[in-house]
This record gives sequence, structure tokens and C-alpha cells, in this order.
Amino acid sequence: MTPSEIVDLLGRTFDQALLDSKTEGVLNSWALVAPDRLRDIAFFCRDDERLQFDSLMCLSGMDHGAGILGVVYHLDSTPLGHRIVLKVKVPAADPRVPSVEAVWKCANWQEREAYDMVGVVFDGHPDLRRILLPEDWDGFPLRKDYQVPEYYNGMKVPS
Amino acid sequence: MGLLDQRFENGNVFITTADNLLNWARLSSMWPMQFGLACCAIEMMATGASHYDLDRFGIFFRGTPRQADVMIVAGTVTLKMASRIKTLYDQMAEPRYVLSMGSCSNCGGPYWEHGYHVLKGVDRVVPVDVYVPGCPPRPEALMEGLMKLQDKIRRESLVKPAPLPHAAADRA
Repeated sequence: MTPSEIVDLLGRTFDQALLDSKTEGVLNSWALVAPDRLRDIAFFCRDDERLQFDSLMCLSGMDHGAGILGVVYHLDSTPLGHRIVLKVKVPAADPRVPSVEAVWKCANWQEREAYDMVGVVFDGHPDLRRILLPEDWDGFPLRKDYQVPEYYNGMKVPS
Repeated sequence: MGLLDQRFENGNVFITTADNLLNWARLSSMWPMQFGLACCAIEMMATGASHYDLDRFGIFFRGTPRQADVMIVAGTVTLKMASRIKTLYDQMAEPRYVLSMGSCSNCGGPYWEHGYHVLKGVDRVVPVDVYVPGCPPRPEALMEGLMKLQDKIRRESLVKPAPLPHAAADRA
């Protein structure tokens, strides 16, 4: 399917949940969806015969600034050879996004990384804890308002 | 000295000082601890392999800090790793030496300004004897650093350093 057909199908099926989309241009086409419907949309993308998105290629945490966090999902269908990008946006004050770990197992560590770096909280994740930074790290370093601490465990951090 | 003077033939007996003997033994078998942190470790492995062959200096890698004399810090020292490096250094038996290899380990390298997770120089947690510049340094540079460390060990002495004359005068 072409990207616009995929977005049309998502729009027909989930109606209110499709907030925005872009299907032209050189870069990947994307669909911005409502976070509370994300898990249903993910299951639909994986299981629907016309879509068959069996591969979550990449899951990224984002800080859009102005108190908005986001997650970006790059999907690929191995049998049908088409792609789409799903996006969600959540307020940084309550950054809760449903986990898609039950849909694509590979999301497990990627969601942990997004949590580690940006601080997105994935509801329903079986083991949401830091994956790269030390367990006692304070804050989420890839947020735009992150301040580098003066000391970490007695070691001076800034140059 | 009459008893010992000119009594030995040139065959199997060497006359030397304890300093020279100890230093020779130490600098001829500098065993580095086997661990690498980043791309510098690839160059370090290449230096140890047959093409550059560190074994000819009596240098080969040991898998435990208990058997190691030299710590080659080859790569980016993250804050998470820094406390581990400090532990490993403390586990090494004295005399122990540290060679900092590459820009990251020397001063933070490309993470100097924006690396929230990188220690800006391994000398913030362990004392460093030799710094090898480069990103990463070629094997020749690492060998130069190791030879500098040999030079440093060659100049060591068991003798307690004497205070400078003016310092002694101040104390008196």
C-alpha cells in the first residue's frame, strides 16, 4: 500500500484517533495518533491483513520543547514491503504512553532507552527501568531543559 | 673493597645496584590489565597482535588486576565506568602505573563540552603516568607511550628523595 492509503485506512478505522499526517515528500510518511488509542492502533497495524507491519524498526523518544514529549515508531512490513511512521505527543508534566511491548517484543529495550534518556513513562511495560545510565542517575539527560550536575558520586562532571 | 675488587670474571656474574635491578625487572615485564573502553581499544589490540607485537617488550595482557602492573585506559571513560576503573586500580598491586590512551581518556576528547555522561579526563579518578595523544593514537604512538613509561621506571629509585636545599633551610 502507498503511505496515503495506509493513513486513509488508519483514519477510517480509528477516526478520532488520527490527529495529523503527512504523506508527501522525501522523508518517511507519518501519522500522529492519540496516545490513549496507541496500543489498539499498534495491534491493528501488526495484525490487519492489508498492513502486516511485523517489524518495529525503531522506537525513539523525543523532546519537542515547550513541555511536549513524544515517541516515534518506525514500522516496516516484511511481507508487503511498505512502511509508515507513527507518532504520539504527550505533555512533559504527565508523559504517559501505552507500551507496545506486547505488540512487538523488541520494543522492550527501546522503551527502556526512551525512558532512560527522555523520561517517557510507558504504561504496561513489564520492566521499566534505566538501561544505559547508572541506576542512581538523576534526571533525563536528553530533555532540552536538562542541567548537567556539578558532581556525580564525588566526580566533577563539567569541564 | 679489597676482598671483592676485581675478583669476578666476566662470564656469569653481573654487578649492578639494587635500583637498576628492580627497575630493569619492572620495566621489562609491564603487564597491562586487559580491558578496553572504546575505539582506542581496537588500536591497543592491534598493538598487541603480531604486526606490532607488544610481547617483544615483555608486555602482555592479564585478565585480572591482581596480576597487572599497568592500566592502559583505552577509550572514553563514562561516569558509570569511572567508579569501576577506580575499583580496578585499587585492586592492582603496587608498583602500579596508569597510561591514559587517547583524547577521551586524557581530557574528555569530543565530549569535552556537551558530554553529560563522560568523565573529562581519567586523571580525575586515578593518577596518570603517561598521556598518549590521538583520536585514536596509532599503535606506534601507544608503543612510544609505553617506552616513555619504561624510561620513567628506569629513573625510579629506592632512595628517599632529598628535600631541596632551600626547603631544608626553611625547616631549620
